[in-house]
Amino acid sequence: MKEAAIKKFKPHMVPLLFFVLSLAGLYFSGMSTGFVINEVMTRFVRDGVMVLALIIPIRAGMGLNFAVVVGAMCAQVGLILAVDYQLSGLSGLCFITLTGVMLSLLTGYLIGRCLNRVRGKEMITTIIIGFVGTGIYQLVFMAGYGTVITPGNPEMMLSRGIGIRNMVDLEMFRNILDTIWLVTVGDVDVPIFMIMVVILFAMIIGYLGKTPMGQTFKAVSQSNEKAMLNGIDTNRVRISAIMISTVLACFGHILYIQNIGMLNVYTAHLNTDIFSCAALLAGGASISKATIRHAFLGIILFHTLFIVSPQAGQNLFGNPALGEYFRSFVAYGTIAFALMMSSSRKT
Amino acid sequence: MSKKVTLHIPVPQVCISLFLLLLFCVALRIDIPVSWLISDALIRLVMNGVLVLALVPMLKTGIGLNFGLPVGILAGLVGLCVAVNFRMTGLAGLFYAMVISIPIAALFGMIYAFILNRVKGREEITATFVGFSFVPLMNFFWAVAPFSNPSMLWPIGGQGMRPAIGLKRYFAKSLNSLGSFSLAGVTIPLGMILFFLALCFAVHLFFKTRLGQAMMATGENERFALISGIKIRNMRTIAIVMSTVIAALGICVYAQSYGFIELYDAPMMMAFPAVSAILVGGSLKEKTTLTHVILGTFLFQTIYSVSGPVANDLLIPEVAEIFRLMITNGVILAALLYEGGRHKKI
Repeated sequence: MKEAAIKKFKPHMVPLLFFVLSLAGLYFSGMSTGFVINEVMTRFVRDGVMVLALIIPIRAGMGLNFAVVVGAMCAQVGLILAVDYQLSGLSGLCFITLTGVMLSLLTGYLIGRCLNRVRGKEMITTIIIGFVGTGIYQLVFMAGYGTVITPGNPEMMLSRGIGIRNMVDLEMFRNILDTIWLVTVGDVDVPIFMIMVVILFAMIIGYLGKTPMGQTFKAVSQSNEKAMLNGIDTNRVRISAIMISTVLACFGHILYIQNIGMLNVYTAHLNTDIFSCAALLAGGASISKATIRHAFLGIILFHTLFIVSPQAGQNLFGNPALGEYFRSFVAYGTIAFALMMSSSRKT
Repeated sequence: MSKKVTLHIPVPQVCISLFLLLLFCVALRIDIPVSWLISDALIRLVMNGVLVLALVPMLKTGIGLNFGLPVGILAGLVGLCVAVNFRMTGLAGLFYAMVISIPIAALFGMIYAFILNRVKGREEITATFVGFSFVPLMNFFWAVAPFSNPSMLWPIGGQGMRPAIGLKRYFAKSLNSLGSFSLAGVTIPLGMILFFLALCFAVHLFFKTRLGQAMMATGENERFALISGIKIRNMRTIAIVMSTVIAALGICVYAQSYGFIELYDAPMMMAFPAVSAILVGGSLKEKTTLTHVILGTFLFQTIYSVSGPVANDLLIPEVAEIFRLMITNGVILAALLYEGGRHKKI
């Protein structure tokens, strides 16, 4: 009886902890609730799709896909090319999306091929793939531009003629989606269109789960051998799961960057994987089970904590850095904790 | 699997060696003195070698690559800070730091082992994140630690450690200069090399003892070890604690050679070059020998040191750093792909 209760409570432990911490942080930070809601809404719109991108690989039994960074880099490549060709407005956005999606399909396929070789070690491999991808990406834009690739837009180049500036201004794309159907309620701005976009992506993922394709993901995650006996090509299913994830990550990052309106060429994609994984896990997901509910709840809880902790650190200890350390500890610690828990459940 | 004796060409090592040769040729073309290159390579070998050696116990016991090296490194940093706080100087200071850091590392190692023993089969990814999350946790400590030596605190306010603490007035290069002599323009840090070799030999001897043999048996075949009455959990714990302690010693050697103690987020990514080095040396899971450690560190670190000036001269300075990052992670990725996954095993 008691054990059953514990078992029932266990999946809710992490979200509850986050809820309590967020409330405490909110109290000690002394921030107004309206401001925090506003910020959380912005973060929801910014990071929502990126977190959703993690769900499908988890469903296919591949664990957390840290290689979403690669998807983010694909989006950045699209953006830089758009700036290079001096495209702007909606047509520019279409170009970015198209380039990004094509690249992410390609890279997603390659990542899938890699992951099929390393079954059981997918997560560590995706992290390393992210690092290697970052290296190649940085090399191309730091050393390739101006030497091998001729830039079309001299404004974005460093003064020495080789390499792109650290910051590229995206004036022409800033908030072009965020301002559609922006409704102000009290002191809270609600970007209805963007929220609907995030929900639309969530619905697509929810729908995919019900299609035959989604069923194959589930079958592959439960038992590789059984899935094979049923005539499912497990390698192909796993590759398609990663491809979908990478494409979604690319979309997510485009939304993120148009919201910020600046592109930090060499560093904008770093840590997107850690923060989105931590957000998903904060919502109560594990590395073998994740739903859209987990994603949404997680984003709200994780980012509330993220927003309030520096100020709370300042008020409690007189040192904002302590709040910063706390939040990076929370981000890494949540993932470490989830890894610890999920394995113990198995054995 | 029967033991097959075939003429085995270690492809990765050959590739890396050829690449190193190429870099050397380029270095000669742009007039970088060879004596400097060799001296630097020798120092770097020991400077990073101890950290690479720290990976051995866990590999031999079958736990896998210790991506959680920061746990041990942080323990070593505490020891270093205590030594600086009491203004210890010279070799004595360095050894004081090492002695202080051993019990701390053992304690950290116990916690780390408790976590890793829960996640059999998924140690590497868990270790990575345990390492990552230990770093911000220790950041709290650095920010509030009650150290009193003003040269390690922020000049304004007098509270919280600086991100980098200079060791020049304490024990910087104390091991580097021990018994070092010059031979045809090449500086040979004899004491440092002997220290490293002694440490390697100690690890080698340890694995010759009964306990070491039991640990190796655990790595080779866990089920068989269990039947023979070996307590798997204990063996794993010992290996993890050992690894953490050697990592703590490793950062002491590293810091005295580098001349600075780097705190806060600096240890975050330190595990990756070490892992990459042992893989370049040809390590394959349980079958890791000390030759892999020494050869791997030498090849890997020499590439590190040669690529800097070459990139400076030929291309753009930032490229050296990116390039190192790519080699580090490229090697790890290649090793992961080469080893394969579950279905490749027997």
